[in-house]
Order: sequence, then C-alpha cells, then structure tokens
Amino acid sequence: MTEGEPLVRWDWVAGHLDEIAQRLLEHVELAAIAVGVGFVIAFGLALLIVRRPRLESPITFVTGTLYTIPSLALFVLLIPYTGLSVLTAEIGLVSYTLLILIRNIVGGIRGVPADVLEAATGMGYTPRQRLWRVEMPLALAVIIAGVRVATISTIGLVTVTALIGQGGFGYFILIGIQRFFSTELIVGAVCSVMLAIGADGLLVLLQHRLTPWTRPA
Amino acid sequence: MSLFVDTLRWFVDPAHYQGSDAIQTRIFEHVELSALAMLLAAAIALPIGLYLGHTGRLAFVAVNVANIGRALPSLALLAFALPLAFALGLGLGFWPTLIALVPLAIPPMLTNAYVGARAVDRDVIESARGMGMGEFEILRRIEIPLALPLVLAGMRTSAVNVVATATLGALVAGGGLGRYIVDGLGLQEYDRLFAGALLVALLAILVEVAFGTFERRATSPGLRTAAATF
Amino acid sequence: MPAERGATVEFRDVTKRYVDQIAVDGLSLTVPAGKICILVGPSGSGKTTSLKMVNRLIEPTSGAILIDGHDVLKEEPTQLRRRIGYVIQQVGLFPHQTIDENVATVPRLLGWTKQRIDARVTELFSLVGLDPGRYARRYPAQLSGGERQRAGVARALAAEPPVMLMDEPFGAVDPIVRERLQSELLRIQRDQGTTVLFVTHDIDEAIRLGDRVAVMRGGKLVQYAPPGELLAHPADDFVAQFVGSDRGLKRLGLLTVGGADLDATVDRASVDRNAPVLAPSTTLRDALVRLLASESQIGVVVGGDRYLGVLTLATIGKMIRSDS
Repeated sequence: MTEGEPLVRWDWVAGHLDEIAQRLLEHVELAAIAVGVGFVIAFGLALLIVRRPRLESPITFVTGTLYTIPSLALFVLLIPYTGLSVLTAEIGLVSYTLLILIRNIVGGIRGVPADVLEAATGMGYTPRQRLWRVEMPLALAVIIAGVRVATISTIGLVTVTALIGQGGFGYFILIGIQRFFSTELIVGAVCSVMLAIGADGLLVLLQHRLTPWTRPA
Repeated sequence: MSLFVDTLRWFVDPAHYQGSDAIQTRIFEHVELSALAMLLAAAIALPIGLYLGHTGRLAFVAVNVANIGRALPSLALLAFALPLAFALGLGLGFWPTLIALVPLAIPPMLTNAYVGARAVDRDVIESARGMGMGEFEILRRIEIPLALPLVLAGMRTSAVNVVATATLGALVAGGGLGRYIVDGLGLQEYDRLFAGALLVALLAILVEVAFGTFERRATSPGLRTAAATF
Repeated sequence: MPAERGATVEFRDVTKRYVDQIAVDGLSLTVPAGKICILVGPSGSGKTTSLKMVNRLIEPTSGAILIDGHDVLKEEPTQLRRRIGYVIQQVGLFPHQTIDENVATVPRLLGWTKQRIDARVTELFSLVGLDPGRYARRYPAQLSGGERQRAGVARALAAEPPVMLMDEPFGAVDPIVRERLQSELLRIQRDQGTTVLFVTHDIDEAIRLGDRVAVMRGGKLVQYAPPGELLAHPADDFVAQFVGSDRGLKRLGLLTVGGADLDATVDRASVDRNAPVLAPSTTLRDALVRLLASESQIGVVVGGDRYLGVLTLATIGKMIRSDS
C-alpha cells in the first residue's frame, strides 16, 4: 500500500500458486470438519429436542450463548486448554454451527404438515419408520438450507483462526495486514468469498438432487 | 488454574484503569465505534428494506443480501476496507474498521426490514388503502409497527456481529477491546489476552440481552396475544 | 339518523381489461340512494372487480363511475376512500391496534377532534352490538370471527360514509352467526340510510339482503332486478340455474300471507278448529310448510284480533304462477 503500487500484483499471484493451493486445502479441511462434526452433534441434539420439547430452551440457550460470543474471544478463551492448535480452531468453529443447524433440523421436522403425519400413522408406520421415511425426507430441504448457512458462515470464520495460527486463506489476509501488502490481503479475501460461494452452489445442487419434489414443475 | 488468578489480578490492578489503555477507555472506544457503525448501517438499511418491502420490488436482492453478507467474512471486509481507507487518506485504526463494520451490519437489518414489511397480511394493507390511507401512512402506521419485531431482531443480529468484529479493528491499529487480545497474543501476555476475550464476550452477550429485552417490550400487545389467545 | 345520507352510485359503461382478459365488460347500473345492491355471480364474474373500482382500488379501463353525479376518477383516491366505507371478508383489522383504535381509523385520518372521535366510537360500538366496556381495549386476535366482523362494520361506518362497499363480508363466519349479522346489517343500513354495494356468491344471501340484485357472469351484467322479480322472471337459463330450481319456493320466502289473495267469504266457524292460525306478516314459505303439515291444509289468517280470511294451497299455487 505504498504510493504507486498496484492493488494486486499479478506476478506475486503467479509465483504463489502452490501456496494458494495449500491454503485452499487447509481452508476446506478446517471448514469441512467443522460443519461435519457440527452436523452430527446438531442432529443428535435436534432429535432429542423433537422427542423431549422441554430440552429445547436449555439447548437453545447454551448454543445461542456460544453463537453470541465473538469468534476471536471464543478461540482465545480456549487457548489455556487446547493451546494454539487445530483443536482450538475446530471447537470454536463447531460451536458456531450448532445453533443454526439445530434450529433448521428441528424446524424442518416440525414443519412437516400434520395431515401427512396423520396419513403415515394411519397407514401403520411405526414412529421410527415415520421419522426416517416421511419426516426426514420432507425436512431435508430446510435442513440443507441450514447446512448452507452454516457452511458459508464457517468458511468466513475460518479466516479468523489465522490469529491462532491456523486460518487457510485467512493467513494471507493476516500477513497482508501485517506487511501492508494489498495483493496478499485481497487474494486472501477474494479466495475466501469465492470458496463460500462455490460451496453454497454445490449444496444447492445437492439439494436439487435429494429433493426433486421441491423443483418447480 | 493460575491463568484465572492471573486474569483476576489483571482486572484488579489499578494500573489498568489509567491512561490510554485503561479498561473503561477501551470499552468506550469499542462501544463508540460499534454504535456509530450501527447508526450508519441502520440509516442505510432500514429505509431501503422497508421501502422495498412496501413495494415488493427487488425481492430477490433484498432476501439474498443476507446470504451475500454471510459469505463476506469479517476479516475479509477488514481486508477490503484497509486499502480503501488508505486510498481515501483516512489512515489506520478507526476509519478502516468503521468502513468494514457498516457493510457487515447492513444485510441482517435490510433483509429483516424487507421481510417484516412484506409479511404484513395483504388484507390488512388492502383495508388500510380502502379506508383512504396514503402509501406513506400505510408504511408508517401499519407496516412499520407490524414489522418492528423483525426489524429489531435484525438490529440485534447486526449489533452482536458489529461488537464481535470491532475487536478485529485492533489488527489495523484501532482501539477498543480487541487491543487487549491482539497485544496479548503479540506479547504473549495471557492474562491480558484472556481478560480482553472475557470483556468482549460479556459485551456481546450484554448487547444480545439488551436488544432481546427491548424487542419484547416494543412488540405491540396485539401481536403478542395473537398466539396466546386462540 | 337521516335516511337521506346515502348517495346514488352509477356505473356508466364501465370496462376493466387486463392484458389477457376482460374482467368487467361494459357494466352499466344505478344503485339508488339508501338502497342495498347485491352483486352476485360465480367466481370470475367480475363482481369484486366492479366493487373495487368504486373506491379505485382497481382503476377502470374505460367508462365512468359516479357517486351523486361526481366522477370518482376526478377525485384524489385517498380522499375518495375516506368517504366510502369498506369491509372485506378477512376484515383486515389492524392487529397491533385495539378495537377502538381500529374503529377510529378514518375519523383520525380526517382529523376529527378527540371528543368527536370518542363519542362516535362509543355510538358505533352500540350500533353494531358490541359492548364498549368489554371490547374497546381488546386486540383483534382476542375476538371471535363474528365479533371481528362487527368491529369491521363499525370501522367502515365510522365517518358516516354515504356509500359502503362490502366484499363477501360474512363469507368466513358460521351459518348461525352469518344470519344474525345479516339481520343486523339490514337494521344498521335502515338506521343509517347508507347506500350499500355488497358482493357475494351466495344467492340466498343476495335475496335476503338486496333491494336490488345484479347477477354477473363473465364480466357482464346479466340481470339487474329486485329479488322477487329475479326469482319470478330469470332473464335467461344461466340466471334461472343460478337462482336454483327452488326459485318458486325462494320467492314465497319474500311474499307474505297479508299480500296473498285471501278468501274472506269462508265463515271462520266452518273451518277445522285445528287449522293453523297465520299472521299477515308470515312469509308464504312458512305458511306453506304449516299448511302441508296440517290435516285440513287450510290456514286461518288473523291480523291483530280481526279475522281476515283463509289461505289455501291453491292460493299459494296461484301466487307462484302469478307475475310479481
């Protein structure tokens, strides 16, 4: 960001393709593990809520509070226990996915029309069969919508983990800020946004595949 | 456990209540920056969102602004704001952070204002128009009061995001509570780091709770009883 | 309340054309001041479109609509609407305002003083049969469907409009409440002298409430007549089918024993002692049921204390055959 220097120096980009690819891999890995683990936990908690509605407020309170705590603060608060490690980053990232995912999974299951449920029960589905064969497929669109939001947010949040020594593309942003080098800064930011948009696109495709009945005729 | 003791000691040290790095000064800086960003963002987002919701135009844009906003990570916003502030000759610290915070705060407020105004029962709007309310009166007397709970929920989301992200301003030499975290990380002073994180977390939760309380207060009793009575 | 408050509403060759269809096609009709005109027809017949052109929620493509001779298209829409009452099926009460605030909407828009608004609101509550002490400070969600519809009528009448437009107002309430609301509408309308345009797809409601009934089909006015004439002389097969194959019976519901050709030559003493006794105000439809149920199939008509003659099935039959 010195006078006369271009915003993006393409020669730097060309010379660092290897590193960009490596950061991409790191970014994807951090985000994918977070959303994957987050989904498994959220799914279990959501089923628990559907079965025992009394648990909804305490679970929402805890995940809501986790969601409210700023990401950087949460990472820092974990350092005494897990250090500047991947684990610290993942615990933080997973925490942020829970609220969104639980809300969508519960909402999806509860949103299944009552007449459909009554018809299923009336035809002799057991509660378990009804859950997996009727409620889950119908809830899928809403659930995937939740996964989309969680994925986009997580990909953005991964950049913040650069401050605790991880970060994927966030590393470029942090170094760019520290070195006052706009090329690195912008490469990091643009790549992160493009990754989010790309992942979202893939999830939209997945949803189309899995829920053909929601497509317009 | 010693970290807790260290942090506690850090909090009671009178030196941390004096000078430019005093706790109360950092809190004030943090709140000042966040409030200004919220004010600017609300001034942009709410009129646009409510107007689009009233007319029903540009629905696609209004609804997707929130998703686009989520795809923009806070650190990336800061990354974009830094060269911009520099090019405008605004320097480091306060201004680039503010430039990053405003676009961060706009999407939830704009989308919620749009959805809130749009979700008002069409029959209610028609009877208002049928009784001779002008478009501005419909917006002011019907749509805004009915959209208020959603508008406030959007402001709450934005405010929590802004308070959280204002922390990152310390990366570009800004003030606020992020100073403790960034300096703590840099100097390996874990008591300071931990204290900063605690303060930021508490401030965010406080903002969340305050907005949540205000939201419940400001909701018309006619809307609250709607679900409870029948 | 002055009965002359109603205004004449006149449609002059009104057409509403959308890109791919004609919603209303050359509609011409006049609603006399202080009368109830029912627009009736199947869905898509253009009745609601016609109604909404009066207060310009929909703008006509061509033609003119005149209220007391003034073209509505020459007026500022919001000003026009404040002088026209408007009630819809879903009522559209403002959920965030109490019932008295809702009722006060138009007077407030017109800038009435607070005392005048308060007085009028109290008056309206009793007019529509709601206890102000009980309902004024409630919210719409705390009312039943029928109560909400009463509040909607009160709100529409608040600024003493000369014309009131009602779009299937009683379509969403149950039959018993509906019937009660219908009689109260008739009472209120007579009391206030308001001209009412009322849309429904229910022919029985049209016959019950209308001074005149306009039957519409495919955007065109098929017949415009008082209910008795509509039943006696349907203009074509469509109207005949629409009013129903029991139109003779329906017509008897509009006629009274007092209007029938009673036979006063029969000595009362000669009539079976168990024969039903009828009042002149009884409808011929009710009289028919009672005659059929009695053994003698003859009714004794008594007005006050005076014997007026006997009513026979043959007389009723003659009424059905006769022209109105």
